[in-house]
Amino acid sequence: MSNTTDKTFGILAEFKNPGHLMKAAKMTHKAGYKKFDCYSPFPIHGMDDAMGLKPSKLGYIVLGHALIGFLGGMALQIWTSAIAYPINISGKPFINLPAFIPVTFELTILLSAFGAVFGMFFLNNMPKHHNPLFNSERFKKVTDDGFFVIIESEDPLYNPEKTKAFFEQAGAVHIESIAH
Amino acid sequence: MSQKTTYIPEPELVQGNHTFGSITSLVGDIVETPAPRWWYIAFAVSNLLLGLLLAMLAYLIWEGTGVWGLQNPVGWGWAIVNFVWWVGIGHAGTLISAILFLFRQGWRTAINRFAEAMTIFAVMCAGIFPAVHVGRIWVIYWVFPLPNQMQMWPNFNSPLLWDVFAVSTYFTVSLLFWYVGLVPDLATLRDRVKSKLGKMLYGTFALGWTGGNRQWQHYEKSYLILAGLATPLVLSVHTIVSFDFAVSIIPGWHTTIFPPYFVAGAVFSGFAMVMTLMLITRKIYGLQDIMTINHIEKMNIIILVTGNMVGFAYIMEFFIAWYSGFEYEKFAFVNRAFGPYAWAYWIMFLCNVISPQFFWSKKMRTSITASFILSIVVNIGMWFERFVITVTSLAQDYIPASWGYYSPTWVDILTYVGTFGLFFSNFLLFLRFLPMVAIAEVKMVMPQADPHNYDEDGNELPKESH
Repeated sequence: MSNTTDKTFGILAEFKNPGHLMKAAKMTHKAGYKKFDCYSPFPIHGMDDAMGLKPSKLGYIVLGHALIGFLGGMALQIWTSAIAYPINISGKPFINLPAFIPVTFELTILLSAFGAVFGMFFLNNMPKHHNPLFNSERFKKVTDDGFFVIIESEDPLYNPEKTKAFFEQAGAVHIESIAH
Repeated sequence: MSQKTTYIPEPELVQGNHTFGSITSLVGDIVETPAPRWWYIAFAVSNLLLGLLLAMLAYLIWEGTGVWGLQNPVGWGWAIVNFVWWVGIGHAGTLISAILFLFRQGWRTAINRFAEAMTIFAVMCAGIFPAVHVGRIWVIYWVFPLPNQMQMWPNFNSPLLWDVFAVSTYFTVSLLFWYVGLVPDLATLRDRVKSKLGKMLYGTFALGWTGGNRQWQHYEKSYLILAGLATPLVLSVHTIVSFDFAVSIIPGWHTTIFPPYFVAGAVFSGFAMVMTLMLITRKIYGLQDIMTINHIEKMNIIILVTGNMVGFAYIMEFFIAWYSGFEYEKFAFVNRAFGPYAWAYWIMFLCNVISPQFFWSKKMRTSITASFILSIVVNIGMWFERFVITVTSLAQDYIPASWGYYSPTWVDILTYVGTFGLFFSNFLLFLRFLPMVAIAEVKMVMPQADPHNYDEDGNELPKESH
């Protein structure tokens, strides 16, 4: 922690609606803040660009899982049917690829879905049941109809006074500092 | 050429003057206020039926599958009929949550949550039948490729084994998809409920969701990928279910039309089931603003379309049976319509092909009574479809000397009735304890959620300029 003297986690500003939040996100990004996030009860179209976020890497995680599912499914069927215990089933070849397609397909989908769900949890730091934001009574509105921006105290540009003034200028309706 | 054009806007997805907050309370209050009396009554009845199911299964496992009506030549009876019927019902949930999502159909948000719940419970009901029909349930693990003392492995050439993989993958993926959708709404409940236990439980399952855009970004990507995965999955599941029949050499089963025909039928019956459940819940819980007449109409159109696809398949099957010039195939179809099971065939035809034709009329499509009655009729028809396919082909196939007539026993019937107990017990618990409408997603389709409806400074634009 860079700011050991400062016990605040960051400064939280509330905005009136998705439009104001969008504007604040653009301003925060433009001002050069890096450790900030915008909170809303639902995803807002265009917010990633406004915040200057890079595209999600989840697709690569899913691709990796899909390949494991595909190769694993093939390997399972070829090994069990042709190597471990070959059984002649009505004269069909031991490695009967057309018949292996359904199981391979299902396992590819299954593993990809695991990748998509657990990869998303991993990227989102979930489960994480304690979050300094939950200290704020006001922040409870975020899952109902509240729109918030936080700038964390670890951001190099963070300065309690200046950051507060910045939020006021951005049109925040309420500003508070969040304790750790 | 001068032409007068008018712009007809889509009807608003959420009706009534709702704000974000009022949507939250509309759905959240259902969970937070004590359950109404009818809920306890319905839950008690469902539990009795669930008890009945457990008793029938215990009896079956104790006595053996002889207590069912299965005989030579009909070795597949109500068990597979019920299995296919329940799995098919489940498919509508995935269709609504995945395929309509990929097609950007905003109206799905009102119904996707409980359609997905329906999928999960329907697949649970379906899974019971193949599991218990094996007779020696204590070695059911043989269906999975697990090392065992005989060093034997499952036969990967068998469609029945494909089914094991398809249905278990389908159940797992549906559950994950449902849970991912639930996370933001569980966070909503975590922030709203008063009771300590509720806070702890919802909080645990919300996994610390904050609604930050850095989370939403990955979340939306995950949701999109899951929808992309669930779409081919749902098509593959009923395709593989149809392979159970189509890969055999029984006349009436061995046809290439089965996969698309089964998928269309599954969507058809599933939408009907969603309709039945939706019409009851929206009325009881006062969700008419979210699940509007417009939703009902759109669903009825899908029922009409898939109903006609099914009808087309029935007629095409008949035509191909004749056109193939194959005597046994021809006989199988003529026998379906005019043989000993003609009563079942014509119930099926009437319910699945004739009854949806009412939905050509807008008045019928938007009538709640008509929708409710027809949705039940369709599901009766779809049960008979599976019965006709399964039983008629087996009862009279190649050698007249081995023909027979199949009837279920009381155990068959009560087991099927019991699965409704399992389904509704779960469904009622879902209605009671989980948000039955995807709160975050409904907010997202409201006009005030779209940043385009705000000016540069973030102020709301007047309504006309949308």
